[in-house]
Amino acid sequence: MLAKRIISCMDVDAGRVVKGVKFVNIQDVGDPVVLAKEYNNQGADELVFLDITASHEKRKIMIDVVQNVASQVFIPLTVGGGIRTIEDMKRLLNAGADKVSLNTAAVENPDLISQGASQFGSQCIVIAIDAQKKGKSWTVYTHGGRTETKKDVIAWAKEVEKLGAGEILLTSMDKDGTKDGCDIELTKKVSEHVSIPVIASGGIGELDNFVDAFTKGKADAALAASIFHYKNYTVSEIKHYLHKKGICVRQ
Amino acid sequence: MIVVVDYGSGNMKSVMNALDALLVDYMISDNVEDIKQADKIILPGVGHFGHAMNTLKEKNLIVPIKEAIKEGKPYLGICLGLQLLFESSEEAPGVNGLGILKGSVIRFKGKMKIPHMGWNSIEKKKEHSFLKDISNGTYLYFVHSYFVVPQEKEITLTTTDYGKSFVSAIATENIFACQFHPEKSGQLGISLLRRFCEE
Repeated sequence: MLAKRIISCMDVDAGRVVKGVKFVNIQDVGDPVVLAKEYNNQGADELVFLDITASHEKRKIMIDVVQNVASQVFIPLTVGGGIRTIEDMKRLLNAGADKVSLNTAAVENPDLISQGASQFGSQCIVIAIDAQKKGKSWTVYTHGGRTETKKDVIAWAKEVEKLGAGEILLTSMDKDGTKDGCDIELTKKVSEHVSIPVIASGGIGELDNFVDAFTKGKADAALAASIFHYKNYTVSEIKHYLHKKGICVRQ
Repeated sequence: MIVVVDYGSGNMKSVMNALDALLVDYMISDNVEDIKQADKIILPGVGHFGHAMNTLKEKNLIVPIKEAIKEGKPYLGICLGLQLLFESSEEAPGVNGLGILKGSVIRFKGKMKIPHMGWNSIEKKKEHSFLKDISNGTYLYFVHSYFVVPQEKEITLTTTDYGKSFVSAIATENIFACQFHPEKSGQLGISLLRRFCEE
């Protein structure tokens, strides 16, 4: 049976993994290669690196990070943050990334999804959707959650699937940083409306949050960052717990 | 020399990274002579069946690859490198595969999410030296929408469940080919590559 995936996410600023709450109080966590190896040893199923580097010149550092990690850690690697063109995607994939994650650029230029999918294959194209609840539905936000769009999350999820996205990384902005679990309703709705895998993100801080994301939320994968950085739980502890709860995981 | 056939496949870099880590001598090539001279051949995967066959045709690589396999050179096919061994695929109707093995490639059908992406377990139907470190039930990394249906059932090495059971690796004589990605399946996957390179 296909295992539910636990994905460890790392924010990278100028070549270092950092942590902070909503881009405030940014602290250095460590070297990307060292952390990637550590999470791999713990049993992470995939790694995601999000480039949060503000300055354009320093973005090149990310290529080195990807190269260094991909030459030493042999599990799937997704890279996101600041990807705006097919050339950007190509550079990261050639550096050893298996998938690229698009957010703002995909909203501004949806053709980028179909172009990327036809050139590199759908399996390479992850669309990150930052969602905030507005009444009974959810709205898509871009630019790291700073810009509200007119797009409805469910409609956008269906559209990106049609355009050739291979996976959706769904982050609830309402839940992000709360540690009281992902937005179950949102995750379930998106998961039921698309036939591509959905990664639940935002708010996952406790063991039962993972269980809920997979069972109630119907997510295919769950992504977390600070829970691992702060060493609250290791990936293996989480997987052990999920296994006990009857959820299929790779152990 | 091990030759990794370059036909524009998406995961070339991952395979190179894994081989580099193993410190094996290999070359990436789309040159007919290199393939003729090769001791072993790796055909990596990820891509479109039709595009891949067209590229192999344009580069005149179809005959040398078939010859190399006929001569008994060890062949490792990964993902599309497994599928291309067969006669045809639903992904590209009308396009002939390498046709080294009898059978076809079909798309997953059902309510499951496609592509089949992530870690899934294998069930061994028989033993193979390359799978020595990989026990029954081991999780390996998959990413594909199509799977092979061999006519000769005895070549099936492992199966995997996704909606229903499908053939996830085959082996016959000098051919070993798998649907999963050893280069992305952690240390156990790397051990499979090591055994192919060393044996």
